[in-house]
Formats: sequence, structure tokens, C-alpha cells
Amino acid sequence: MIGIEHYLTVAATMFVIGIFGLFLNRKNVITLLMSIELMLLAVNINLVAFSSFLGDLVGQVFTLFVLTVAAAEASIGLAILVCFFRNRGTIDVEDISVMKG
Amino acid sequence: METILLFAPLIGSILCGFGYKYIGEKAAMWTATGMLFLSALLSWISFLTFDGVTQHIEVLRWIESGSLSTSWGIRLDRLTTIMLIVITTVSSLVHLYSFGYMDKDPQWKEGESYKPRFFAYLSFFTFAMLMLVTSDNLVQMFFGWEGVGVASYLLIGFYYRKPTANAAAMKAFVVNRVGDFGFALGIFGLFMLTDSINLNDVFAAAPKLAETELTFLWTEWNAANLLAFLLFVGAMGKSAQLFLHTWLPDAMEGPTPVSALIHAATMVTAGVFLVCRMSPLMEFAPEAMAFVTVVGASTAFFAATVGLVQTDIKRVIAYSTCSQLGYMFVAAGVGMYSAAMFHLLTHAFFKALLFLGAGSVINAMHHEQEMTEYGGLRKKIPFTFWSMMIGTLAITGVGIPLTHIGFAGFLSKDAIIESAYAGGSGYGFWMLVIAAAMTSFYSWRLMFLTFFGKPRGDKHTHDHAHESPITMLIPLGVLSVGAVLAGMLWYGSFFGHADQVGKFYGIPVAEASAHGEVAADAGHGEEVADAGHGEPAAAGEHHYVFAGKPGEGGLYIGADNTVLDDAHAAPAWVKVSPFIAMLGGLLMAIWFYIINPSLPGRLATAQKPLYLFFKNKWYFDELYDAIFVKPALALGRFLWKRGDGAAIDGFLNGVAMGIVPFFTRLAGRAQTGFIFTYAFWMVLGIVALVTWMSIGGGVH
Repeated sequence: MIGIEHYLTVAATMFVIGIFGLFLNRKNVITLLMSIELMLLAVNINLVAFSSFLGDLVGQVFTLFVLTVAAAEASIGLAILVCFFRNRGTIDVEDISVMKG
Repeated sequence: METILLFAPLIGSILCGFGYKYIGEKAAMWTATGMLFLSALLSWISFLTFDGVTQHIEVLRWIESGSLSTSWGIRLDRLTTIMLIVITTVSSLVHLYSFGYMDKDPQWKEGESYKPRFFAYLSFFTFAMLMLVTSDNLVQMFFGWEGVGVASYLLIGFYYRKPTANAAAMKAFVVNRVGDFGFALGIFGLFMLTDSINLNDVFAAAPKLAETELTFLWTEWNAANLLAFLLFVGAMGKSAQLFLHTWLPDAMEGPTPVSALIHAATMVTAGVFLVCRMSPLMEFAPEAMAFVTVVGASTAFFAATVGLVQTDIKRVIAYSTCSQLGYMFVAAGVGMYSAAMFHLLTHAFFKALLFLGAGSVINAMHHEQEMTEYGGLRKKIPFTFWSMMIGTLAITGVGIPLTHIGFAGFLSKDAIIESAYAGGSGYGFWMLVIAAAMTSFYSWRLMFLTFFGKPRGDKHTHDHAHESPITMLIPLGVLSVGAVLAGMLWYGSFFGHADQVGKFYGIPVAEASAHGEVAADAGHGEEVADAGHGEPAAAGEHHYVFAGKPGEGGLYIGADNTVLDDAHAAPAWVKVSPFIAMLGGLLMAIWFYIINPSLPGRLATAQKPLYLFFKNKWYFDELYDAIFVKPALALGRFLWKRGDGAAIDGFLNGVAMGIVPFFTRLAGRAQTGFIFTYAFWMVLGIVALVTWMSIGGGVH
């Protein structure tokens, strides 16, 4: 029987993968965006799992909102990235260090 | 009426000082002068119609704090009215005089506006001085006291383009602060012990203070003595008494009308006024009084010796002022406050006259002040000569011995010298007689050097010597009248029989036996022997003692204070001695400067050390320079270089340029610029927060 804990485990795993994607990735900004998406999806799984477990539809409605926001965020992120690439000719994370103190 | 009298100069000062741009220079100056004449007129009315009963007029409530209750008010008694006429009369005349004297001053270029400022300062000074003398409590008096100090500072430094004038102004201010510190301590002490600073309460508490002990500077003191002493320190500063006198001669850097008004007639007498005003306290402080006498006598002697050899005409008169103030303090010190006030009044007339006369001479000689450049001016400026002659006759004390006919100074100075003798102060008496001889010598020396002999100095200047304009001559004329008549008119009121004096001041008198002996009956006073001195009392002498309570009437004179009677009973040689001293000084001056003009030079060479000692004012300035000024400068330099420069600046620079950059570099290194680092720290923070919340329960 697949219980709530399985869903939570999957979601937690995905979230941690997302985090490590953020930390360890030294190459590509697109990977960062993907990692963020992954973390949001992990949260979505949590929401859906709890919604089904508790029999409350609000969680699923909320998931749809999160997906919408995530899509918007991804599109804006990519747009910024395109601009950035045009300006700098690179999207290497190593090269983006304007905020270095 | 008194309120108008008091505030007219203030209004004049404000209108003149701030309004001259709108109403024009001439109008502004006339406004200030007109206000002063109004004030003078009202003063004379209040002096002549005053009936001896002390009046209290409240103008405004001022400070209400705990038991401290102070209001701006006027205490109108005889002492106040005397000061009122002195101040406003001299001040209004000096205002008038300044029209001539300050016209076309070489210190300023054509078109520069300085006269309204001068008049505004003069009027402000008058207001502050009136505040001082009319005050009904010590705080208001202190306000006036500091007000005149400020005005004096502004006026001494009026020629602000002259570095010496600025230095003199600062010196006057700083030296006065030393005295004011004593005055302030005295006020604090009185408030501490009597819980009030209103004069009436203080006076009423005076007998109690005499039996109170006070710890000050780790020593037990008699409260009355200590407080009287502290107040006298304030008076010493203001009145330029020995040790705190150094500012007065330097104050001559100011314009001459200022010297006449502030540094001769009014402000410097504030100290004498203070001692007389505090007479109820002074009467219970015999040791402090003895100190007052000694300081006064020493000052009179010291300043007279210095005056002998000065060559700057204004400095001679300045030292003469210093010396005459010493006379007044001797009188106050032996308990004859009335004689002190008498001399204050007459001195204001003849000393203002001398100063304004000197100003007229300086004006005629194109701002030359050295007497060695004068000579033979008698014919050139006759009016000035005659008015200064009257002033000199008054200050040297010319009159008919053993009568009450003479110039103003004759009567008041003799009154003081007799009082000093009767008060039992041998030191005071002899010092004053010697000083009287020297006063006569230097005053006549001034006259002879200036007006007699052959013209010396620049021939061109002498050819162009001219009589001063009419605005300068009118004050000279008026003051001449005062210098002649002031003594004779008011001798009885100030120094007559006790009942006369008592009536004048509003002090109750009681007929009583002198020194506890039976006075037979009053009609046969000649039989009454003065037990103290064994001299027969003057014929027809009534014996009265003053019987008022402290604070009643203008002055308080203790029941056992019989100086007035004793002074009248002084032996004839005492009464004649100042006259002989005057004559001696005059003859010496004639011999030195008319008959044998080469003698002073030869004497100066023969007695070189003594001459230099006097010429350099007993080396007081050099002494103070070594003791106070140099160490103060050294301390200042130390605090500046080491304290401010090394310690404070070093600390701030060290923090700002060493420690702070160290930490900023550290913090800067954390900013890698890589997003993943920021994300890592963010996640770490969230983890820490979540952990904290799950384990510790977060903030309760």
C-alpha cells in the first residue's frame, strides 16, 4: 500500500535534489532554473499528497496556483537569461559574479 | 514710572541697534539718546521725591522652582535712587558726548556704519546696569552684573580692527569671570542657608548667619564672614581691586566715552554698590569687613603709585579710578557705607568729567594719547582746560578745611578718611592719606603736562589743535556743575548728623547714649566724651544710633556701629590731614613740572628700580603671565596636541581606518558573487530556523 509517507519521501528527495542542483551546479544558469522548478514540484507533490490524505481539495487548488506561478517565473527567468546572454555572451554561473565583494 | 525708567534704555538700544537701517543713522542715535534723557529725568524725579520707604515693584514672575522664587522686580530705596541718578545722568551725557567724539572715527572708512552700534551698546549697558541696581533679588542682580560685563566686553573691543583692543576686551572678560565665580558661590551659599535669594529674606536671616557654621573647602567657617567674603570677591573683580585690577587699565583701549561711562562712573562702582547693598550681611561679618578695608586701602595706595609715572593720559585716569574705588571700599569696610556711596556719587561726576575732558583733549590732538606729546594746550582748548581744572580741583579735594565748603571730592574724600580713622583702621587711614597726596600729585601732573609748558611733539598736530564740538562741551559743562556742587549739596544727607543720614536713607534712628555711657541729655552733647578715643565730641553733637532691623531702609548700620559719630568727633589734625596731603602733592607737582621740568627725568634715572617698578605696574601683568597665563597656555597646548590630537583623533582614526576596514574586508570576502553561495547560506539559514522552531519551540 502506498501511503502518505512514500509521497513525502519522494517529494523530500526531489527537493533535496533541487537544492543540490542549486549548490553544486557550477556550469549553467538554465540548470539553476530547472532546479528551482524541481523544488517547486516537490512542494506541489507534498500539497497534493496532503490534500488527498486529508480529503481537502484546497491543497490541489493551491497546487494549480503554484504551477501557474512557476510557469510565469520560469518564463521570466528565461527571458532574463536571453537578455543576459545577448549582453555577456555567456550564461556560465562561474562568470556571473558581479556581486562579488 | 520706575518701569519706564528701567526699560527706556533697552527700547532705545533695540531701536537703535536693529532699526538704524530703516530709520537712518541720525534718527537711531537720537532715539537712543532721547530715551536715556527721559530715563535720567525720571531718575531725578524719583530721587528727589523719594520718601525713604522701600518700595517693591514686581514687573514679571521669572523663576518658580521648588523653594526658589524669583521675579523681575524693582527695589526702590535710597541706595537705588542714588545709583539711578548716577547711572542715567552720566550715561545720557556720555550719549550726547559721543555724537561729537565718535564722529568720523579714523578706525572706519567713509560710509561704514558704526555709530548706531556704539549707541546701541551704550544703551544696552545702561539697561543692564539699571537692572543690577534696581534688583530685588540676587539672581536678577547677577543678570545685570553679567549684562554689564558683556556690554563692557563689547565696548572695550569696539575698535575690533585693533588687536590690542580685542585682547583687552578678552582680558576684562576673563578677569571678571574670576570675581563672578566668587559672587556666584556667595549666591549659592546664601540660597543654601536661607532658602531664598530675595534680598529681604537674606537680610532678615543675616543675624542668624552670623551664628551659623559652614563647611567650605574642608574647613569650618563662620557663614556670614564666608559669604560676605565671597560676595566681596565678586565686587573685587568688577571694581578692579588689587589682584583683580589688571583689566581696568587695559580697558582704556575702548573709546573714551566708554571709559568715562563704564570704567569710571558706573560699572566699576557696581562692586561698591554690592557691598553697600549687602550691608545687613556685612555688618555681621567683621572679619570680612576688615579684609575689605585692607584690600581697599592697598588698592588706593598701589594704584596711586602706578598713576604717578604713567604717560598715557587715559591710563593715569584709569589708575586714579582704581585708587578712588579703593577709597570707597575702605569706607564700606569700616562700616561707613553712606560715605562710600557719597564718594561714589561725587566720583562719578568728577571722574566722568576728567575722562570726557581727556577725550576732548585726545580729540583735539588727533587721537594722540601720550602726555609727552602734549603741553601748552591751555590757550588752544580753553573750555576743556577749565572743565578739567574743575575736575582736578574736585578729585584732589580742594576746599576750606574744617568747613563744609569745597569741591565734591573734598567733602567725600575727607568723609572717608575721617571714617577710616574713626573706624579704627590705622592702616587704612595712613594709606589713604598717602594716596591722597599722590592723587594730588598725579592729577596736577596730568594738568601741567597737558595744558602748561611748551608744546611738545608733532608741531602740525599742535597747530591744528581745536576745541571740540558743542555736543562734547555741554556734557563737560553739566558735569563741571556736578563736580563743584555735588559734595556741598548732599554732605548733610550722606555724612551729616545721624538723624539726617537716617532720614535720608529711611533708617529709623533712636537717641541713645554712646558706648553705653550716659549721654546726659541731648542738648549738652559737648559734655559727652567719646569713650573709644577719649576725644571731646564736637559741640552740639547729638548722639543717635541707627535702630532699624536688617533690610529696613536703604542701608543697615548695626546698633554698635558708631563710626559716623566718631568720625565727626575725629581730632582736627585728622580732618586737616587730607588737605595737607593734597597741598603737598600740588606743591611737588608744581616743583616737578613747572619750576624744574628736568627733575622728573633725573629722578627716574636716579631711582631706576623704583621707577621701573611703578612704570610696569608692580609687575602684576608679568607675574600673572608667569603664574596663570603661561601654564594655562601650556595646558591648552597639551590638551590640544596630546589630548585632542593624539588621543581623540588617534582613537577615531584608528577605529575608522584600522578596525572598521578589517571587519569590512572580512565581510566582503563572504560576498563571492556566486548565486549558489547565497542560496546555500539561505537554505542553511532556513534549516537553522526550522530546527530552532521544531526543537526549541521558537519564540514564546
